[in-house]
Amino acid sequence: MRTDVSPNVLDELREITGAAHVLTADEDLLTYGFDGTWYERRPLAVVLPATTAQVSAIHKLATRERLAITPRALGSGLSGGAVPLAGSLILSIVRMNAILEIDETNHVAVVQPGVINADLQTAVEARKLFYPPDPSSYKQSAIGGNVAENAGGARCLKYGVTSNYVQALEVVLPDGAVFRTGGKMVKNVTGYDLRALFTGSEGTLGTITEITLRLIPKPRFSRTAMATFAQIDDAARTVTAVMAAGLIPTSIELLDNLTMQCLEEFSPAGLPLDADAILLFAVDGDHEPVLDAESAEIERIARANGAGEIRVAHSQSESDRLWAARRVIAPALARKRPHRLGEDISIPRSAIPDMIARVRVIAAKNNVMIPVFGHAGDGNLHPNILCDRRDAEEMARVREAAREIFEAAVDLGGTLSGEHGIGLLKKQFMEMDVGPDALRVMRAIKSAIDPLGIMNPGKIFPDPGGVDAFTLPGVSS
Amino acid sequence: MTFTAPDIPPADVFNRCVRCGLCLPTCPTYVETLVETSGPRGRIALIKAVAEARLDLTSPGFVHQMSECLDCRACEAVCPSGVEYGRLLEPARTQVQRAVAARQPWHVRMLRWFLLDRVFSSMALLRFVAGLLRVSQRLGLPSLARATGLLRVLGLEDAEKLSPRISDRFFVPRDQRWVAEGKRKATAFMHAGCVMHVAFANVDEATVRVLQKAGCDVIAPSAQGCCGAINIHAGEMERGRELAKRNIAAFERSGADVYIINAAGCGSTLKEYGNLFAEEPEWAERAAAFSARVRDVTEWLDEIGISAELGVLERTVTYQDPCHLVHAQRIAGAPRRLLARIPGLRIREMPESSLCCGSAGIYNLTQPAMAERLQKRKVANIMRVTPEIVVTANPGCAMQMAAGLRDAGADIAIKHVVEMLDEAYAAYNPSIRPEPASAASSV
Repeated sequence: MRTDVSPNVLDELREITGAAHVLTADEDLLTYGFDGTWYERRPLAVVLPATTAQVSAIHKLATRERLAITPRALGSGLSGGAVPLAGSLILSIVRMNAILEIDETNHVAVVQPGVINADLQTAVEARKLFYPPDPSSYKQSAIGGNVAENAGGARCLKYGVTSNYVQALEVVLPDGAVFRTGGKMVKNVTGYDLRALFTGSEGTLGTITEITLRLIPKPRFSRTAMATFAQIDDAARTVTAVMAAGLIPTSIELLDNLTMQCLEEFSPAGLPLDADAILLFAVDGDHEPVLDAESAEIERIARANGAGEIRVAHSQSESDRLWAARRVIAPALARKRPHRLGEDISIPRSAIPDMIARVRVIAAKNNVMIPVFGHAGDGNLHPNILCDRRDAEEMARVREAAREIFEAAVDLGGTLSGEHGIGLLKKQFMEMDVGPDALRVMRAIKSAIDPLGIMNPGKIFPDPGGVDAFTLPGVSS
Repeated sequence: MTFTAPDIPPADVFNRCVRCGLCLPTCPTYVETLVETSGPRGRIALIKAVAEARLDLTSPGFVHQMSECLDCRACEAVCPSGVEYGRLLEPARTQVQRAVAARQPWHVRMLRWFLLDRVFSSMALLRFVAGLLRVSQRLGLPSLARATGLLRVLGLEDAEKLSPRISDRFFVPRDQRWVAEGKRKATAFMHAGCVMHVAFANVDEATVRVLQKAGCDVIAPSAQGCCGAINIHAGEMERGRELAKRNIAAFERSGADVYIINAAGCGSTLKEYGNLFAEEPEWAERAAAFSARVRDVTEWLDEIGISAELGVLERTVTYQDPCHLVHAQRIAGAPRRLLARIPGLRIREMPESSLCCGSAGIYNLTQPAMAERLQKRKVANIMRVTPEIVVTANPGCAMQMAAGLRDAGADIAIKHVVEMLDEAYAAYNPSIRPEPASAASSV
């Protein structure tokens, strides 16, 4: 792989996109060097194509020149996936940001990858349709990035993750070939499911240039409630009991005491600091009496499992207030310590009580603070290891704690990542999770589609001795 | 070359950025360019890089970005981490200005000195210049100068196009006192403003009348001056501090309860005087006490309640949020609630009402191309709701939108919220809608 780019190649890039859309100034290389994590690497150049044909031409040029490409949307990712390693071009798809079609008969939206998730939600909801995947970054993340990372969100408990909504894709392969897979039809079992392969491929197999998303009718009503628990175990047992009772809320979010402490220090919201944990419930549907019955049933189960206070939102603004705290957890944690390693382990929901107990032991053993919050209903938890990455001794403990958390998740039948992707942060732990054979299959797929290895190098696959979250310093460390 | 004291962008502010990117879709220059460097997250990264000596203070991209940013503070209003972006940008601009001042061509330096050090420091001189401009406007000299190419030669073509029509009479603070109607609720210190008092004197006059109606004694102490926003946003912190001290002292001596401002840009500066005095603790304290008493006129009227003697105005309006009201001061509800009180008024929300119109102080002069792109975007958004009047609360926005609508050939008036209230009071006819006896007494 090349680690520089010649003036002639830059000129060719400029011919493809227009000179204004190739950035090479120091300042631009600096601002395209990072994503939502703290890692920074400078790209060789940044190119912002406007069409699939331009993306294809860029891929062809990169193939000829053996230049690496890191595709990027809005750069809000939390796995370091858009950090340009190994001397890479940044290929930003944000100019491809049109909603091409909302088909109300077939219940699909056809969009370019740069469309922001929230904008799509607004557009389809105006037609009483609904696009459920709602990563916390829905206001600042693009559909292209959501698909590349197979993003989740709070509503995924009831509605599933991004891949459950990807009905067709247009992808530019590493060599520049453009292909489409899937369509507006609902059923499709013709050959391998390539939509599933490219969804969550983290930019390592190609650049996604168009997406057809399945939509569903918008539920008409929703309800929100909060329950407090003196013991986090009781909260965890409530989650499993609710699901065992056959209820499927839109969301069940858990916040532990340490998370609430950070939130209250950041911006007092009246959270019950005497509680060990709280659960936030949301239910939605088209029939209010059904929702009322469901809410009552959840309340009964919560009480039976030791819930203390239960607050029910009686209006949209009360509901918004209950959810507001959930939305500012990340900055609240960032205020407590300079940095944080935000994990997104995913476990069977029956294992939640065990997992939380293990995280507490791991935190104590390694002398690190690990607030836990997350999408308890679907078993996708966010233990966040708070740290100061400038402290090498502390970071050694943080790495150990992270490894032990991953081991615990895998041991309980879970996995490393539920919604952020592997990227840079978790790649050295891949084999422990998927095992050597699955890893061999993944490598075989990668080399079959990208034999030159030009797509987003240094991500997903472990490279012993190579960089990861702990060996790659941020530039200002 | 890195930052040097004084006025260093504080590290505890830029280190608070967790790079989530939530600011990007709210940033006018980002949504226009879709380039990360032209967004808040990118600019914060650049400021951090200069602070850590990884990027030169005078590098072209840094100088450009510190200038291209509108300082509209939309990013700050949505930031979940509470990064006070204005506290980074304004000192960073000051640093750039200090470093590059010597390299600017002589006529730019002269113009900056004349405008920033002289005109906006002395309201008397500002009125003198405005008086000359008024004569020239009434005699049609600008069109003559334009026709002969003189303005182009002087590089003042854009400046001329954007300069406001000067009012027939100025609103000069001369220690006047206007007495409250009915029971007096408070004494309001009226900040006459710089541009406002020579180009929008009618807005100042309407402000006084509406305040009187709401039960305020209004005073206009002659010791006041420009708020300093023009200087501070242009990277002239030192001059900004002098102007701030003058207004703080004038208010302290006046005995007024509240300091009223009807220009959003000035209001946010007045409310943030505390940020200017990191190295002068005594003044920092006085500034904080002062800022706590500053109210935008719409905020104040909404707080104390207005007289209900509002006549019917059968007009269709849309409200444009000035950046320094909605983002910097987080005031969006008050002006809308006041307008909603006017009988007959039809209020239509335009798309992107809180996206900057491109005015932003002297931005028109420093970044004309981006200013024009944002102006066109704003005009298109206004046209989508076809109003008769665009209501706003800041003179810069009013001038920018007026110029844009004129270029588009649209016959749409621009008015301040207090002008709408003032007109509604003038239209009030007790025989049409008799008020109960307990209502505030009429004139």
